[in-house]
Amino acid sequence: MSDKTTAIPIRDELVNLYLNNLDLITEGSAEVLNQHRQEAIQHFKLLGLPTQKNEKYKYSRIEPIFAHNYEKYFAPKRIAFNVDDIFRCDIPELDTHLVLVLNGFFLSKAEKITTLPSGAIVGSLAEAAKQFPELVKARYNRLAENQTDGLVALNTAFAQDGVFIYIPRNVVESKPIQIINLLMSDENQLVQYRNLIVVEEGAQANVLVCDHTLSPKRFLSNVVTEIFVGNNAKLEFVKMQNEHNDSALLTHTYAHQQRDSRLTTNLLSLHGGFIRNNLSVTLAGEGADAQLYGLYLTDRTQHTDNFTFIDHAVPNCTSNELYKGILDDQATGAFNGKIMVRRNAQKTQAYQSNNNLLLTADARMSTKPQLEIYADDVKCSHGATVGQLDADALFYMRARGIAEREAKLLLMFGFVHEVVKHISIHTLRERIDDMVNKRLRGELSRCHNCPMHCC
Amino acid sequence: MLVIKDLHAKINDKEILKGINLEVKAGEVHAIMGPNGSGKSTLASVLTGRELVEVTQGAITFNGKDLLEMAPEIRAREGIFLSFQYPVEIPGVSMVNFMKAAVNEHRKYRGLEPLTASDFLKLMRERKELVEIDSALTNRSVNEGFSGGEKKKNEIFQMAMLEPKLAILDETDSGLDIDALRVVANGVNKLKRPDNAVIVITHYQRLLDYIVPDYVHILYNGRIVKSAGKELALELEEKGYDWIKNGENA
Repeated sequence: MSDKTTAIPIRDELVNLYLNNLDLITEGSAEVLNQHRQEAIQHFKLLGLPTQKNEKYKYSRIEPIFAHNYEKYFAPKRIAFNVDDIFRCDIPELDTHLVLVLNGFFLSKAEKITTLPSGAIVGSLAEAAKQFPELVKARYNRLAENQTDGLVALNTAFAQDGVFIYIPRNVVESKPIQIINLLMSDENQLVQYRNLIVVEEGAQANVLVCDHTLSPKRFLSNVVTEIFVGNNAKLEFVKMQNEHNDSALLTHTYAHQQRDSRLTTNLLSLHGGFIRNNLSVTLAGEGADAQLYGLYLTDRTQHTDNFTFIDHAVPNCTSNELYKGILDDQATGAFNGKIMVRRNAQKTQAYQSNNNLLLTADARMSTKPQLEIYADDVKCSHGATVGQLDADALFYMRARGIAEREAKLLLMFGFVHEVVKHISIHTLRERIDDMVNKRLRGELSRCHNCPMHCC
Repeated sequence: MLVIKDLHAKINDKEILKGINLEVKAGEVHAIMGPNGSGKSTLASVLTGRELVEVTQGAITFNGKDLLEMAPEIRAREGIFLSFQYPVEIPGVSMVNFMKAAVNEHRKYRGLEPLTASDFLKLMRERKELVEIDSALTNRSVNEGFSGGEKKKNEIFQMAMLEPKLAILDETDSGLDIDALRVVANGVNKLKRPDNAVIVITHYQRLLDYIVPDYVHILYNGRIVKSAGKELALELEEKGYDWIKNGENA
């Protein structure tokens, strides 16, 4: 045995952290959220952190990323500077309703929650739970899988704040709503926050989420987002992850779709040390359609793992999924996509594909498309590829005078554009194209105006 | 312009070219004809620097420079253009971005500034009209979903954009109907100038009715076995390749 003092297992450490700070946690949050904590911590006690024995987490080691000394705050920590001075999103001509979250807490200049001219409500989740308890209560923690995923249970136990977006019935919010999650601290930090997005019957919205690290400390984010898309409603959800190599990002996104609803997700992992994205979509009303797109660009020793689950619970729904990735150096990645077609979900159409480019012999990708079909009148397909750049295409481009490096970049750019092109907001699509281009060139992928060299 | 001396080349240890000698001067059109497997496409591959072909002997100079020392992209910037027998589809890469990259690399090589976006689009428009290319084609990904004829027309369009000194048309007529053949040939003829040259590689006389060669060479079994004026193509059309094969064996 080691002669050192016995280390406290991470699970116990986290449970003790919860018990020792319960007063602070509840005080800094709202009753609707607090009601779920006790049960969640019990689940976490049983489940612990996921290990690789858990089939869902087979390709990602979660425990080591918790084994750093992180500071945890249960109230927003004052920062001695104005975030505006160092961070300004510079997507040109992208006119959005902007919401900032700093280290897991809603960052307000004036109002913690606002009602937009359209009638949409955007603001702090904790504040929404106080001002509109009924709205939040009806949806909060209804989708999160606390019973089966320890990380989700951990989030439910600890999350105090985050963003609340509510689009009332038949409201079409034409301006995108942009959430920027900033991580900035002079110490390592663990942050756990929670978002709730509700798009009521006949309503429409575009939501853009950007994850950024602004200081070179170690950050671990464990984030749960619940999304409700009502009858005939439409939501486009774009997530752009751009964090430094010492960051770890664990996201769990649950979407629930009702009759004739449309959901498009576009999950762009441009940069990050360790990224694990869970995305679970339930098609619960007939005629619902889900389009899931994903992109990951990794190099050095980065790791990106996408786990998606699409549940065709009722007949006549459609889903389409395309995830693409480029892995350079010693980067590793995983894609695990499961489509479930329930017994009565006849006339389902479900398509999935995952394509990967490996630029070196050391890069590794694990891909596992899965179809589980219990209905007999369905159209489903899935496929996965792992390969290298097309040598014939490279020669063709060089034969036109394009240098090899440039030709490779054009090919990679073309490869990922198949994902990016599905972003419907023109200015955002161009900006993402630009960031992808810079990323592939190994140039800075952070936003121009940010002086932090975090990537 | 182009001087090939005693060129030997092999693919996977099999010798395909067994001593080619050829000289092409500015202003000339040369046709290289020959049966399948005679080495026509291998010659095109050697000229453009395809890596799977290994040159074992001989030399090629292009405007006095050692061509075999150059990477494929340098050869292109020096003015060599290959119209591919099988143009490659590149999903996700738009014709506009592809051509912009190519044109600007050529300009950079000549010490010129890149074209502005509007100048580039103007150039595209002009050249599309010149070679009668459907403007919708350039809005798509490179060759993706193009028909055989569209792909070949697209090659000629790229040629018009890059204005090569030496264009090599590798079986550009294969798979073309007569209308597409006419468009392609007209494009080549319009681009013909006293200071550039064309090598037409083909099986058939048909294309040579439109692109009239100054010289016709017959390549057989890795060697040029006969060279003459344009009348040789007609003679070949009449007598067939057996005439050459038998001549070789006799």
